[in-house]
Amino acid sequence: MDLMEYQAKELFARHGVPVTVGTVITDASEAASAAETEGAASGGKVVVKAQVKTGGRGKAGGVKLAQDAQDAVAKAGEILGMDIKGHTVHRVLVAPAADIAEEYYFSFLVDRANRDYLCIASTEGGVEIEVTAVENPDAVAKVSIDPLVGVDDAKADEIVAATGFAADVAAEAKQVIQRLWDVFIKEDASLVEVNPLVRLGDGSLEALDGKVTLDANADFRHEDHAGFELRDEEDPLELMAKEKDLNYVKLDGAVGIIGNGAGLVMSTLDVVAYAGERHGGVKPANFLDIGGGASAEVMANGLHIILGDPQVRAVFVNVFGGITACDAVANGIVHALEMLGEEADKPLVVRLDGNNVEEGHRILAEAGHPLVTIVDTMDGAADKAAELAHAAGA
Amino acid sequence: MAIFLTENSKVVVQGMTGSEGMKHTTRMLASGTTIVGGVNPRKAGETVSIEGHDLPVFGSVADSIAQTGADVSVVFVPPAFTKAAVVEAVDAGMPLVVVITEGVPVHDTAEFRAYAAAKGTRIIGPNCPGLISPGQSNAGIIPATIAGSGPVGLVSKSGTLTYQMMYELSEYGFSSAVGIGGDPIIGTTHIDCLEAFENDPDTVAIVMIGEIGGDAEERAAAYIKDHVTKPVVGYVAGFTAPEGKTMGHAGAIVSGSSGTAQAKKEALEAVGVKVGKTPSETAQLMRDVLASM
Repeated sequence: MDLMEYQAKELFARHGVPVTVGTVITDASEAASAAETEGAASGGKVVVKAQVKTGGRGKAGGVKLAQDAQDAVAKAGEILGMDIKGHTVHRVLVAPAADIAEEYYFSFLVDRANRDYLCIASTEGGVEIEVTAVENPDAVAKVSIDPLVGVDDAKADEIVAATGFAADVAAEAKQVIQRLWDVFIKEDASLVEVNPLVRLGDGSLEALDGKVTLDANADFRHEDHAGFELRDEEDPLELMAKEKDLNYVKLDGAVGIIGNGAGLVMSTLDVVAYAGERHGGVKPANFLDIGGGASAEVMANGLHIILGDPQVRAVFVNVFGGITACDAVANGIVHALEMLGEEADKPLVVRLDGNNVEEGHRILAEAGHPLVTIVDTMDGAADKAAELAHAAGA
Repeated sequence: MAIFLTENSKVVVQGMTGSEGMKHTTRMLASGTTIVGGVNPRKAGETVSIEGHDLPVFGSVADSIAQTGADVSVVFVPPAFTKAAVVEAVDAGMPLVVVITEGVPVHDTAEFRAYAAAKGTRIIGPNCPGLISPGQSNAGIIPATIAGSGPVGLVSKSGTLTYQMMYELSEYGFSSAVGIGGDPIIGTTHIDCLEAFENDPDTVAIVMIGEIGGDAEERAAAYIKDHVTKPVVGYVAGFTAPEGKTMGHAGAIVSGSSGTAQAKKEALEAVGVKVGKTPSETAQLMRDVLASM
């Protein structure tokens, strides 16, 4: 789960990382009192920042300096409701304007290639690190971290030296690094990024922004992380799927997809997109992995979510019976359609293969549901589903 | 021959007495695997009877090795206990640990992966279907009935695509099929499997299945260029995946411009790997390769 900036800062504060969280508001009218509180020590000046889970907020106009409380209301009004890369701004953070002397970049992340952890740091922060890495690679320090050792005293010294922090800030930088490491390890984060980490006019350090990705697999040992979930930020269908324990991602097409296994479902999306090239450019509407079971209830839940997407014109059920037998899947489909009744109103193309496929086909044929078409191959079924979606107006 | 798992492999199951463990131990036995017992400290000394086999439950992995000579462990324990289970197997000197468990925290995997590497244990997974050497042994949850033994080596990040590809090529059969898992950190990589298949005399050609996220496929391509002489056919899933969304597998995510299926396909094709657009096209490419040999 990606956190909002203000949530990341709350997490930082818990681990002693120097930070000013600020005040989060959802309505521009709240900006005046927030600005009066937050701007008390910065001559009334505050920064109003869009809270969205995507980068490039500044460039998109989602971060603005306000001179006083009245200006903060105006700026908050401009930012709330703004669309930033497909994310609607529902919240803004009002924080004191900082007196910045220097800007650094700092992150800890899981390094997939080396299968360990990596620290990336630079004394040239405040800009995208990818840009610095290309334009001035010498200014970007990369330090590998052994998962069995972590960031001990020696590693923290190594990071400080590799980054090139000035002597008069090195001791404090080391402490901040150790505390950010606490955030990374103790909170089970796969990414902790601070850009910029700033040196203020008085010489002290502060995390002026924060980006944290928490590992959902570790939720069982972090009950408090559930508090970071923001229901209004999620797609309603994705939210419904999560409540049913289904792995669903909403996309922007007309062919609803249900399959078993993440790889096969991803592959199904691709095959449908290729087939769509022959049928008016229709695209897959979603990713939905129903996993191993494929019982009637799981199938019904899956179909219910997909049919709740008004863009869907046809549904493609693509199951390979490995551990699951195809007859069980076929029974699941038949019973799911019974459970859904009139809600099931879109054509369903079914491709079953693998374990007990003949019996699966027999069950579907015998049920003879008018919406169901059986196609033997994955490519053929994708083509049929795309054709039906296109014919239905997509 | 085969890779990593042969007819001589003696398999112990960590978490055998749980529901998943029981179900899949039954299936592994049915496919001819030599299962020497299970591990559960709370049930040490008990015997579990599955399909006419009386399987002893050991109190520790070390006991199972001492008493049976077990050289493969298959792990079905829940995510919260997976790290401890793997560390125990590594400490006991287990040469191969296959971690089926889905949902292991990535920090746990980073730790036990590094620990195993330092002590010389091979890990497969986590979050994987395991591996099968058809007709010899089956360590994990891959259905043994899909395909028999034959000349094709298969390595895949995805379970169901492994099954699909085995099904498509069932008329040829497989030396070994290895599901390496779709997590961000995994114990055995595409490259490890490519190296093993290259050295396996019974493997004639290799199918490699990848998916979005990370750069494992790009690194595999570089390895193929320099080290693999056998023909390799590839498939990559996730061309239509949007940026920043995790597609089922924890590791399947496109970040910015990196990790895309297109980049992986291009990297593989640049070193002469034929890459199919769909699983069935990929299977056809492999049939063509085998027919021409």
